[in-house]
Amino acid sequence: MDPKTYAAAVPVFVIRGSDSSWNFPFRELWQYRELLYFLTWRDIKVRYKQTILGLAWAVVQPLFIALTLSLFLGHLAKVPSGGVPYPVFAYTGMVAWQLFAFALTEASNSLVANDRLITKVYFPRLVVPLSAVAAGLVDFLVAFFLLIPFLAYYGIVPGATILTLPFFVLLAVLIALGAGLWLSALNVQYRDVRYTVGFLVQLWFLATPVAYPSSVVPEPWRAWYGLNPMVGVIEGFRWALLGAGEAPGHLLAVSVAATAVILASGLYYFRRMEDTFADVI
Amino acid sequence: MGTSAIRCEGIGKRYRMGQRQRYRALRDTIADMLRAPLRLFRSGLGAPATGDPRGAEFLWALKDVSLEIRQGEVLGIIGRNGAGKSTLLKILSRITKPTEGQAEIHGRVGALLEVGTGFHPELTGRENIYLNGAILGMTRREIERKFDEIVEFSECGRFLDTPVKHYSSGMYMRLAFAVAAHLETEILFVDEVLAVGDAAFQKKCLGKMDDVAHQGRTVLFVSHNMVAVDSLCTRAICLHEGKVVLEGPPSVVTSRYLQNWIPAATEVLYEDIASAPGNEMIRFRRACVRPLNGAPSDLITVRTPFVVEFEYWKLAAHAGLLLDMALFNEHGVHVFSTLERADFPGGLLRSSVVVPGDLLNNGTHRIELAIYVGGLMAGLPLVFHSEDLLVFEVHDATSRLRALYHGPWTGAIRPSLEWKTERLDCFPPSEGSVVSGAKT
Repeated sequence: MDPKTYAAAVPVFVIRGSDSSWNFPFRELWQYRELLYFLTWRDIKVRYKQTILGLAWAVVQPLFIALTLSLFLGHLAKVPSGGVPYPVFAYTGMVAWQLFAFALTEASNSLVANDRLITKVYFPRLVVPLSAVAAGLVDFLVAFFLLIPFLAYYGIVPGATILTLPFFVLLAVLIALGAGLWLSALNVQYRDVRYTVGFLVQLWFLATPVAYPSSVVPEPWRAWYGLNPMVGVIEGFRWALLGAGEAPGHLLAVSVAATAVILASGLYYFRRMEDTFADVI
Repeated sequence: MGTSAIRCEGIGKRYRMGQRQRYRALRDTIADMLRAPLRLFRSGLGAPATGDPRGAEFLWALKDVSLEIRQGEVLGIIGRNGAGKSTLLKILSRITKPTEGQAEIHGRVGALLEVGTGFHPELTGRENIYLNGAILGMTRREIERKFDEIVEFSECGRFLDTPVKHYSSGMYMRLAFAVAAHLETEILFVDEVLAVGDAAFQKKCLGKMDDVAHQGRTVLFVSHNMVAVDSLCTRAICLHEGKVVLEGPPSVVTSRYLQNWIPAATEVLYEDIASAPGNEMIRFRRACVRPLNGAPSDLITVRTPFVVEFEYWKLAAHAGLLLDMALFNEHGVHVFSTLERADFPGGLLRSSVVVPGDLLNNGTHRIELAIYVGGLMAGLPLVFHSEDLLVFEVHDATSRLRALYHGPWTGAIRPSLEWKTERLDCFPPSEGSVVSGAKT
């Protein structure tokens, strides 16, 4: 190629020590969107290879937990379920919870699981936790479709509120991503995180109204309960699908604000640490 | 000449000792926090360790490297292990950031730092072509366009829909190289990929590298294979302890490197167990190469049988050890490998092996040693590895096999083989007029 054409045609990269400026690499992520797609596709494809149930696993877990909760908490302990049959109440909550818990766990381990890629190839590191979260969405869709016969069996027809559902799905994904960014970057530095994630997810589950309604929290404190942003998601899910509970209000606003804080701080920490990933991992 | 493709100015990379291997456990940070809460508060949780006040040791993997590589050049990078070659490629391919200095890259970079990175064993050959292509930076359309070419180059067409975990290692390598070789970036980094695979495949890879070089693309080629550097590159540099020490035409750089930058090391000794290489399973103590019945400083010629000895503390009493020694000549040719099982209880062990005389050719040789724990089937955790543990010279010597020839002796080995020449008959068949011109 003629030198002048060459110089004009090719992109120029400048390499220097860690940048002090902090800007979000939208353009670069867009350039690497196909890698994001392929990594997500790989995760889904590989996860259920050599399993008998395959994608059905995405249904089995929330379903059996919901059934167990129905038997012990709903049927025997008589936990209130806000006017809907307890099994429906529990399964709707579990589907939303499973999306979050799965995406968070996968995202937290994603960088360490892809250590060979990180030390051998350049790409924006954000692609890795993003693809882990995206793969979680596929499992969610499978579990979600079982909801339709489930609701039909109990004779529940969702109203127009179902149109707001994508918003709550997005909110769950963003919470998982924000927390996942924190934990994945910490995991590179401190392998303790691997052991913490399962424990953290369990604690978080108990603090979130999946098995019980949020109305157990007395009124002056109810809105603050939304500081756990998954409360907003679960309540929103039930409201959108079952018309159960109150329309989201203050509590949801608090949850959205909490999500924004988790996501922004997670992104900031991740971006600050990512230059050292290849050296430390 | 052409425009500049890569320009580095004063590139340096500092690692904390052991940082490349070790990650911190949270308890370390918590312990630091209890000791000095203020410091942690100031530096922030998990901030990269820069100036540790307790004087942790730092290692400059690269220091003050300035280079200009013009578009279309094929630059060979040579040097001993740990000289900084791979670190340089990692910085230029943006995998890691330099501690100081700056570089400018004109063009998209494709890197073959390790063939097969990002291959997933559970996926089929076809699926891995797409995945690996995307990881190396190809667009899906680009992969689709090159798909048939990649399959043909890899010679794996029949197994395209078989998971690669069922591939032989040769097929795996071929497929991986095929994907990487079809990258269409303006700049290509190649790190020692040719060291693997059989001879026919190596030749094919070198051929492909040659094509790439002739397309006017810029190539950076890291290798221990001096022959390949000589024949493929238009210029070469030699790194030593993170600095560029030689630069020039490949033949000049490779020969000066072989003469000056491989110091002989016929004996290494680590007196102090605590700082010796190894881990809680084994600690290395001593290695030497010496003529049979001689001392490490004695001369080894092509005729001398010699002994290679390794002494090490075995600290894990119950595990068996496997020693894997490989010998390389100065051209980077892997001459042979040999294995030893050491199933002793703990203690100070010595393993030695005798290499017969009349086997190696003259020249500089290096010995690579890897020690594994457990059986061959148990996944083999590596506990010790050194690529140039011992470096020694095999000197030329006159011998019967030279007959009347005195020039340089070629070939990787110089065995003394039994020749036999017999006289089968006195004269050509007497009746044939056909052989009338035969010599007598």
